[in-house]
Amino acid sequence: MTLLFEGADWDFGQLDRVYQAVEDIAFNDLGLDIYPNQIEIISSEQMLDAYSAHGMPLMYKHWSFGKLFAREETLYRTGMQGLAYEIVINSSPCISYLMEDNSMTMQTLVIAHAAFGHNHFFKNNYLFRQWTDAEGILDYLDFAKKYILKCEEEYGLDEVEAILDPAHAIMNEGVFRYHRPPPLTEHQEEEKLRRRIAHERETFNDLWRTLPQPVTGDTQDLEADDDDVLNAMKLPEENLLYFLEKYSPILKPWQAEILRIVRNVAQYFYPQRQTKVMNEGCATFVHHYIMHELHRRGQISDGALLEFIHSHTSVVFQPDFDDQRFNGINPYALGFAMMEDIKRICEEPTDEDKDWFPDLAGSGDWRGALKHAWQHFRDESFIEQYLSPKVMRDFKLFALHDDSESPSYEVSAIHNKLGYRAVRQTLAQSYDIGTLDPNIQVVGASLSSDRKLTLQHTPHRGVPLDEKQTSKVLGHVQRLWGHEVEMTVAGEEDQDAA
Amino acid sequence: MTHFIDRRLNPKGKSLGNRQRFIRRAKTQIKEAVQKSLKDRTVTDFESGQKISIPKKGTEEPRFVHGSQGGERDRVYPGNKEFVPGDEIKKPPQGAAGQGKEASENGEGEDSFQFTLTQEEILDLFFEDLELPNLVKTSLKEIKRMKYKRAGLSTVGTPNNINLVRTMRNSFGRRIALNRPDSRAYNAVKDELFELEKKADPTPEDIARKKELIAQLEAFDVKRKRVPYIDPIDVRYNTYEPTPVETSQAVMFCLMDVSGSMGEREKDLAKRFYILLHLFLKRRYEKVDVVFIRHTHEAQEVDEQTFFYSRQSGGTIVSTALEEMLDIAKERYSADTWNIYVAQASDGYTQSGDAQHCVELLNSTIMPMSQYYAYIEILDEREMAVFADEESGAELWRAYRKVHHDWPNFAMTRISKPQDIYPVFRQLFVKKSENEVAALARGIT
Repeated sequence: MTLLFEGADWDFGQLDRVYQAVEDIAFNDLGLDIYPNQIEIISSEQMLDAYSAHGMPLMYKHWSFGKLFAREETLYRTGMQGLAYEIVINSSPCISYLMEDNSMTMQTLVIAHAAFGHNHFFKNNYLFRQWTDAEGILDYLDFAKKYILKCEEEYGLDEVEAILDPAHAIMNEGVFRYHRPPPLTEHQEEEKLRRRIAHERETFNDLWRTLPQPVTGDTQDLEADDDDVLNAMKLPEENLLYFLEKYSPILKPWQAEILRIVRNVAQYFYPQRQTKVMNEGCATFVHHYIMHELHRRGQISDGALLEFIHSHTSVVFQPDFDDQRFNGINPYALGFAMMEDIKRICEEPTDEDKDWFPDLAGSGDWRGALKHAWQHFRDESFIEQYLSPKVMRDFKLFALHDDSESPSYEVSAIHNKLGYRAVRQTLAQSYDIGTLDPNIQVVGASLSSDRKLTLQHTPHRGVPLDEKQTSKVLGHVQRLWGHEVEMTVAGEEDQDAA
Repeated sequence: MTHFIDRRLNPKGKSLGNRQRFIRRAKTQIKEAVQKSLKDRTVTDFESGQKISIPKKGTEEPRFVHGSQGGERDRVYPGNKEFVPGDEIKKPPQGAAGQGKEASENGEGEDSFQFTLTQEEILDLFFEDLELPNLVKTSLKEIKRMKYKRAGLSTVGTPNNINLVRTMRNSFGRRIALNRPDSRAYNAVKDELFELEKKADPTPEDIARKKELIAQLEAFDVKRKRVPYIDPIDVRYNTYEPTPVETSQAVMFCLMDVSGSMGEREKDLAKRFYILLHLFLKRRYEKVDVVFIRHTHEAQEVDEQTFFYSRQSGGTIVSTALEEMLDIAKERYSADTWNIYVAQASDGYTQSGDAQHCVELLNSTIMPMSQYYAYIEILDEREMAVFADEESGAELWRAYRKVHHDWPNFAMTRISKPQDIYPVFRQLFVKKSENEVAALARGIT
């Protein structure tokens, strides 16, 4: 076959040829299943713009994004940090951004990585399928952006900030973890809200205020009402934003709608946080396979392959724990190593693999095995299921036990026969969102008395909350609730507010 | 090539709104930081923007997170070298646990946030709520510029100004009024005719009908030709009329002493002050003329470049500059049509007797025609200590005290350190309400 391109410069004709070639391998060899692709070429400045809005092409405006932008820009301009080669968005069509400064080899790599690797993962992984709405997200963000802009016009920047700041503070606590959120229906929502507000305005009559209020019955009635409300609240509630949106006594409809927007955005990003290793591993594996396949077919030159390998190795580089560059386990490195290892186990298993993965070892169908893994696992379960002794040895993984009571750390397990299972389990747990995020729930709201809102933190293995930050976040929650807010710790005496 | 979209030409600065919101949010901190950094540099140093760091306070984003201490945790690390299970590693002493966080300025170990401000943003912060005082010789609101404003529609104009909506509306109305057969009616007849033509053996009725239709079609064609879809009389153009815009004309005279008595340091301070003034005027008042006059024992008008960058030395006669200024004003900036501002910088020394001459000039002609006169005396720090009292000072200062007393729009102040420049500048040009102006002008010094 002839080369797809020569030299570093790219043009749209070459990009198209490369896309066709990559697509051919992705569909006919790997058998990937993807959303339609929309690939956009952007400049470095636009890349910085995209950075600061969670990589989304549309986002409402908030100072925290400006802060992020200011920092990224400074880091980039002073040469302390390069820019990502691409950004890819979980939407349908799947939008990938390519930087114009990339060489042709890099563009090829990025197309394989984002437009096929990530895209396949977004479309097939159960978390994304279950929790996000790829079809609706862009429309919804468009609605959100316009809505918040309108609120700023109507109520002023300060008023909107006073809602967005607290909402962002509890964004991580603004997701449904246990049931699927309803799909995004931006237009109907907008329409409904607009009509309701318009109706209120048109039918406003100050006279209603002067009518005598119905005399309320004795206090027992009141308490009965209270119970009804509490029952309706279905406490405890893990989704703080949802709870405040529905039941805060002080929020006006437009303010509640802003909470709803933040909540929907948080929900959208929730699966991404749980699948970093898998998502990047999948994309890295796909681009690695496709680039080598292109070279094998004679479609890219040796030089291009070397340029690719140079970039690829720096992406999957894992510094040791005592290295200055160490900053946690590199999700690209771990994900890629594990997926390469699955391929190896399927094709050339050792005796050890046969013990550990009797189903996979020697089956030969690594494509099927990988696609199965990509579809049905998240980081935690993927590691628990697939991390092999070989990868643990390659990474020289060891587990450290840290008991705050003890003056020293203890090496609890290393990469040897006795330790494999313990290391694997510990690593898997460290990717469990249940242990990463503090477990905080709304447990009580005394509506009849002082309207105090009670949150509860259930510590995992005695790890407390950061005190300084917690008190600040509680201040934010108080602003949304309008009355006192307290944080209790489970295990202490339970103060049932109801 | 359906897969690719070239977005490079899309508008940049998508996050500009976010950035403005951020700057607005952190305004107090940013302002402090900018002023701090101004202490030992001039505004022109900010040409390419300036890196500043602000304390995180006010722009922090708290979250519920786990504390760094307490409880039991297990973690996995890569790169084991010599550890075996059961090994114990001593914990670092409390406090030193972090990865060598840089100590911040306030010493509380709070992180600061570093980013780059553009020159625009810095200057905006600099000149916030500053303005030229008394820019209100209302009679002087001279008609000077013409601005094009929309002025309805007209039947003549250039094609790029066609108002499509109006044109089409007129055309539609005319077509209805003159009964132009629309394409639907036309096509209906045509279709019917076509159907009839298709018939292999038409009945006599068909033939009659066909003739009728053909006649109608011809009539339609004639009518359509006579009543065109768009007629020149339908066409309307947007028109724009030049309307005069009132602008107040203002001129700023910058007088600077460059004589031998002014040391390098003093000249530098004066120049820095004028650079700030110049930037301020350029930025805020597009229409302000600036006249640069420098003087030794003789005065001359110079251009910007010479004023700021050339070196010259000689004796000192301050009044020469005032006279030069008067000459230029007489020639080009008549007080009837111009708001006149004067800023004078000097070290306060002049030929003996000259100070009195200056005062006379000021009292007789300059002050009556000026909106605002700012005198900045540049001292070295030793002198500043000696002349701590308002009353005492060099010859010129003492003489000007009287002028200051008599004229509310005469402000005088002293600078001895680069740090003084910006506060003094703000003091001189801070925005005041109308009736405050007079009172504050007195209170300045």
